[in-house]
Amino acid sequence: MKNKFSLFVVVIFLSFCFIIFYKGLNTPNNYTPKVSERKNIPTFKAKNFDSDNYINSDKIFEENTFYIVNIWASWCVPCRAEHPLLMQLSKNQSIKLIGLNYRDNFNNAKKFIDDFGNPYSRILIDKDGTLGVEFGAYGVPETFLIDRNKDIIKKFVGPINQEIVDEIKLIIK
Amino acid sequence: MKILKIFIIFFLVTSFSELKSDEANDTLKNTILKNIRCLICQGQSVYDSESEFASSIKLIVDRKINEGLKEKQIYQFLREKYGDWVIFDPQLKKNTYVLWLLPLLLFMVGGAIIFKKLNNQK
Repeated sequence: MKNKFSLFVVVIFLSFCFIIFYKGLNTPNNYTPKVSERKNIPTFKAKNFDSDNYINSDKIFEENTFYIVNIWASWCVPCRAEHPLLMQLSKNQSIKLIGLNYRDNFNNAKKFIDDFGNPYSRILIDKDGTLGVEFGAYGVPETFLIDRNKDIIKKFVGPINQEIVDEIKLIIK
Repeated sequence: MKILKIFIIFFLVTSFSELKSDEANDTLKNTILKNIRCLICQGQSVYDSESEFASSIKLIVDRKINEGLKEKQIYQFLREKYGDWVIFDPQLKKNTYVLWLLPLLLFMVGGAIIFKKLNNQK
């Protein structure tokens, strides 16, 4: 009877370990950020790309419209891939695109915009990446959709694709 | 001459106190950075990482310390931005009950078994 009980405990313990390790194997061990959490936009002060002036976040997002904040850099290859889609989005009247130039060389960034077009109504400089941290970004490219209540309602990690563009269009409709 | 001496003493005292506060800030900064996970690295803390993400976090932590934020407030700030995962030290909450209480439970069960065995031997 005692042996049976010990065996039962061992079996339960091993099953428990098996389940834990099996779950661990199926879970990716790299960080997967939450992309659907609703958050307020951070308050910050940033330098404009085309002038030496600094601007407050409440001035940037003052219009009663949807905004997209796109974090990009000239050295980022996936940013080039998503750029035509941002150009496509910029034609939409009910949304404004704000670019956050992340840890970039100014001349290279300017050349990037001159070569591929400027989809942004305003570009801000994030020289040291700290502005990206305020948004909760961890890399580049990253795109945030902000609604009329000034809440970040969607976060797209990595380059956007046509499916995401269609999703954004559906939300802002 | 006396005024000069007083001035020198005052200067030395203020310089030393500034150095001491810098040292305290550096220690605090390192403690915090060692407890923050580098989200784009494999099992590294921000302190150990040289990635762009880590260097941005280092700057932010430095800035927050200079703004006068306490260690817990800085963790809270980062939790709000990146979630609980960013901090190595997990909080006791609904999702982490098992994590915190299971070792305690196993310890108690183990202790009870040993206690029972010892009692039986007597």
